Amino acid sequence: MTQLAELATLIRSKNAGPFVLTFDILFKDEKKYRRVKDSGVLTRELFAKLYKCPVDIVKFFVCDNALGFKYSIPRPTFQGEVGDPDLHGGQQNAPLMAVEIP
Amino acid sequence: MQEIRFVCGSGGLGGGKVVAKALDEAMALKPHFIACDAGTTDSGPFSLGSGRSNYPREAVKRDLEIILSAARRAGIPVLIGSSGTAGIDAQVDWVVDIANEIATEHQFKVKTAAIHSEQSPEYLKGLYRESRIKPLDPAPPLDEALLDRTSHVVGMMGVEPLQRALAQGAELVIAGRCSDSALFAAMPIMKGFPEGLAWHAGKVMECGTQVCESAGRGVIYAKLTQEDLVIRPYGEGLKCTPQSVAAHSFYENGDPYLHVESSGTLDLTNSTYEAVDEYSVRIRHSGFKHSENYTVKLEGAEKVGYQSVVIGGIRDPFFIRNYDTWIEDVRKKTTTSVSEILKLAEKDYRLDFHAYGLNAVMGKLETETKPPHEIGIVLNVTASTQDLATKIAEISRQPLLHTPIPEWSGSITSIAFLHNPVPLDRGAVYRFCLNHVAIPRTQEEMFRTRVLEIG
Repeated sequence: MTQLAELATLIRSKNAGPFVLTFDILFKDEKKYRRVKDSGVLTRELFAKLYKCPVDIVKFFVCDNALGFKYSIPRPTFQGEVGDPDLHGGQQNAPLMAVEIP
Repeated sequence: MQEIRFVCGSGGLGGGKVVAKALDEAMALKPHFIACDAGTTDSGPFSLGSGRSNYPREAVKRDLEIILSAARRAGIPVLIGSSGTAGIDAQVDWVVDIANEIATEHQFKVKTAAIHSEQSPEYLKGLYRESRIKPLDPAPPLDEALLDRTSHVVGMMGVEPLQRALAQGAELVIAGRCSDSALFAAMPIMKGFPEGLAWHAGKVMECGTQVCESAGRGVIYAKLTQEDLVIRPYGEGLKCTPQSVAAHSFYENGDPYLHVESSGTLDLTNSTYEAVDEYSVRIRHSGFKHSENYTVKLEGAEKVGYQSVVIGGIRDPFFIRNYDTWIEDVRKKTTTSVSEILKLAEKDYRLDFHAYGLNAVMGKLETETKPPHEIGIVLNVTASTQDLATKIAEISRQPLLHTPIPEWSGSITSIAFLHNPVPLDRGAVYRFCLNHVAIPRTQEEMFRTRVLEIG
């Protein structure tokens, strides 16, 4: 088993506008991308569990031409609302880093 | 026209990333225009609400001076979008004023089109009554009272207002809120180049050097033909690779393939990316599908109150292990005092405690359970006036300072405050209150262009 952070070149979270939070998992090495893709570990269900949200709000994209995976969800708190702890949404990626890939 | 060439001067006017030397290298290839996005919502609702720019005037002037000087020497137009960060009318006028100062100092005359995109509550209520405002997903609830409460609302223009300005012979277009990509797509589409590739050019160029393998200081150059688009950076250490360009379509987009614009949707599903040389990437097969309705995305901000902030830290392990119950005691003591002294109920204001080191960044989503050795506490007090927010923050000082825990007996000081006086006043705070599109009665009615000569 290898942690996703050791295989990807970038795992990031970011606002996609003020109302959507998006997560990118990007690779430079096609072999590593294939390994993750073929493992079938990355699913909407996995994300919903990690981020404690309903599966039906999770969008998931597998992009062969960019060697990347993308998750998007409605922002748990809209950007800049009183109480929003992460204005740019850029520090919500840690739970994905520890995902184990066979 | 066999090909059209263009340059992105900066991913954000005022960010200081444009370098004259790199721009000169791109200018040697004789581009037909330079475009530059100057705004964003990514910094939050404050700029739209308050009208203040993200960058100081001097920073915007520095970048614009480099770009405008190069463009005037070459005799090509410059397009600036989302002027002054949020693109409200006053921010457009602010950038026009800066451009005028530059033109005067350099002694050139520039035919300038200022495009205003702010929308009045009256106009928006009219659209709303005709069911011409539709929610996107997710959207905050909308009613007429909200439209009356907004500080500012802008409509995001597509290529059309920019094209009308260019058709009038504008040498400098200073636009209000504008689709970043439209700045790059406007002229190529006018000249008959394929819409999919023109919009895709904007998509990959608008953030400047962020499309490179490693972002840095420089400019992005593109060459578009009927068949393909080739982009490359100019600037020290910068290069584009097929993967860096493909991956950029991920950045800040909820969907990596489909990008909705006023007139339709850019579709990158079949796009291909190939290396031309060490620095350049060729893009092909990007599509654009026109929509049935012409839509204009609305962005609005409303004032939610005023804030005062308290910052401090705790280091004593007994306090750290009791944090949850201790902070709840602090909250209760504070609300009791506020009720007694200011006669305010809890619903009249907000106390948000953020515990850095524990779970401030992820809140309920935090997965780490290891106890920290230090916790940084930020208390945000939000109330209807600055005076009240400050007073509530002042009242919270004693509970934060002297709320005991069972482990210690005797008087104890429970927090290390950072500042004297303890509260920091933040002034007004805003929220984004619209995630909607408008369907205007005509394509022209939401954008007002004024042509003037500056310098």
